[in-house]
Amino acid sequence: MNSPVLKQLYAFVRKEFYHVFRDRKTLLMLFGVPIAQVLLFGFVLSNEIKNSKIVVCDYAKDYGSQEIIRKIEASKYFKVQKATLTHDQIETAMKAGDIKMAVIFPDHFYNDLSHLNKAQIQVIADASDPNTATTITSYLTNIINDYQAEALAQNNQSYTIVPQVKMLYNPELLGAPNFVPGVMALVLMLICAMMTAVAIVKEKELGTMEILLVSPLKPYLVIIAKTIPYLLVSLLNLTAILLMSVYLLDLEIKGSVVLLFAESTLFIISCLALGLLISVGSTSQMSAMMTSQMSLMLPTMMLTGFMFPIENMPFWMQGISYIVPSRYYYTIVKAVMLQGLGFSAIWRETLVLGFITLILIVINVRSFKIRLA
Amino acid sequence: MSAITLDNITKTYNKGKVLAVDKATFDVAEGETFGLIGPDGAGKTSIFRVLTTLLLPDGGSATVAGFDVVKDYEKIRNCIGYMPGRFSLYQDLTVEENLNFFATIFNTTVKENYKLIEEIYVQIEPFKTRRAGKLSGGMKQKLALCCALIHKPRVLFLDEPTTGVDAVSRVEFWDMLKRLKHQGISILVSTPYMDEAALCDRIALIEGGKLLSIASPADTIKKYPGKLFAVKAANMHQLLKDLRSYEGTHSCFTFGDAMHVSFKQDANTDVSKLTGYLTAKGHKELEIAEIPAGIEDYFIRITEKEIAEK
Repeated sequence: MNSPVLKQLYAFVRKEFYHVFRDRKTLLMLFGVPIAQVLLFGFVLSNEIKNSKIVVCDYAKDYGSQEIIRKIEASKYFKVQKATLTHDQIETAMKAGDIKMAVIFPDHFYNDLSHLNKAQIQVIADASDPNTATTITSYLTNIINDYQAEALAQNNQSYTIVPQVKMLYNPELLGAPNFVPGVMALVLMLICAMMTAVAIVKEKELGTMEILLVSPLKPYLVIIAKTIPYLLVSLLNLTAILLMSVYLLDLEIKGSVVLLFAESTLFIISCLALGLLISVGSTSQMSAMMTSQMSLMLPTMMLTGFMFPIENMPFWMQGISYIVPSRYYYTIVKAVMLQGLGFSAIWRETLVLGFITLILIVINVRSFKIRLA
Repeated sequence: MSAITLDNITKTYNKGKVLAVDKATFDVAEGETFGLIGPDGAGKTSIFRVLTTLLLPDGGSATVAGFDVVKDYEKIRNCIGYMPGRFSLYQDLTVEENLNFFATIFNTTVKENYKLIEEIYVQIEPFKTRRAGKLSGGMKQKLALCCALIHKPRVLFLDEPTTGVDAVSRVEFWDMLKRLKHQGISILVSTPYMDEAALCDRIALIEGGKLLSIASPADTIKKYPGKLFAVKAANMHQLLKDLRSYEGTHSCFTFGDAMHVSFKQDANTDVSKLTGYLTAKGHKELEIAEIPAGIEDYFIRITEKEIAEK
């Protein structure tokens, strides 16, 4: 703390924290919104689904299939209709919205099971609503696992029933199970970019920027001091989101937490740079807020693949999505968190994200105004 | 060496469409208190912003503490104190936190220069844990002055420091400026209040971006052409009308509880004729007295001329 620059920085950062913690609206925005979003997405989108209409096509009609069907019927999650439909008929019924899932027992099901200890069941789910599809598929898988466990306990038979799951219409299951990475991108974007932009524009609006400019403070110091608090708050938020995902939504972090935080820090820095850029062009807190929402939140929601699959978008929109930092971050988080992949799998995205961040910082340094106009 | 010099400084806005400052030229000597007097929109704040290196001039050159406002802006920013026109401290920080913050960013401590602000600070010290946004107008200005002084600036820029401040606080504020002058700090101060002008060493009258007169307050008043009369009567409203329609009247305007009237150069300044005219109009309790012109009278007189010339 001997260097005057460090002293200035420390005083400035402390002042920023005063601003954050003394304004209820800011606090609510910083901590209330992320929590609300995770809970909203978590519980509204992945609520349990009862009484789903499904069709069971039993070509085996043997002891094993009957027993499993009884279990399915007994479950509160399913409303079972028994019919031997062809694949075309199943698809027609799904398109009409009559059924959500079809379970097909092949010929010789129990025969295979008792002789080979191994049998297959085909499960076809309507994944146009990916959330429902995964949820009811997992219910079904649980029932089958249950059956296997019972067979093992009662008859000492180690059966393996492999459900061949086929997701119709949306095979990649974009959506609900991946909402956490999406919310992370969204929340970090919101806090870093919007709050930084607003905080800087506030200084302009209140006239304090005038005094800061007419002081020996170096411009880069103002930028760093303005962004440090939001970087820290963002990391805090990230931790909160991850904790909520793990403990409230039962989503496990499969990959390295350290890697996740490192990549998040990179993304946060890019968002902070975006926020700074917005602050340069805005003269009021209101316009900073609107610009952030239009130019950052919207692309993050639409063009990252979080809500809508990018593959299905028109070509030009896909083009735009390549310059949206959250797109890369979303891919990275999905890979690390949900698939448990390491750095080798995401180095390309990291590189692009790093490059975008660098460009943003350069633009910022060049466009920082040392005067009022 | 002059604390401030301006040489034909011109400042326009909207790509040259709005002329805010038109070839302003003046010097402020070391240790001098110099007042920029003029109404809102006269160009005072533009001059301040050019001198505090916040805006680039469109033409002309200027120096502050010997440094060029364009080239050496960083050096200027190290040695000036600036109090903008509207309250520009952090409203959600306490008095103490604001002061400490500004001391730190100017690479100093409150302790180091406490002597300089002591007299002002003792007045707001009882409220040091109060947030700046919750202070009264006068207190806010005292705190802003403390913050602008905390690094012992060589030149102090005060842009309308007393606007929106009660009369008592205004007097106190100017007392403080007088004491700062004794510390050798050069001060450029602007105000729309003519009564404050008399407290400066020299004043510049400014209107429509043009400097109309630069002189000491005493010399400024001496420049008033002709004589000035104060006229009072029972019915002031009717008096104004009648005075304005009087053939010899050059100008007449309400000033406090009297009408200040000046006559055309060629008109007879014999008040008896006017007395006769007003009595004939039925005015009662008539009082007419010749008075020395004030700065405001002079200001109105020369701006009238400006308008007439346009």
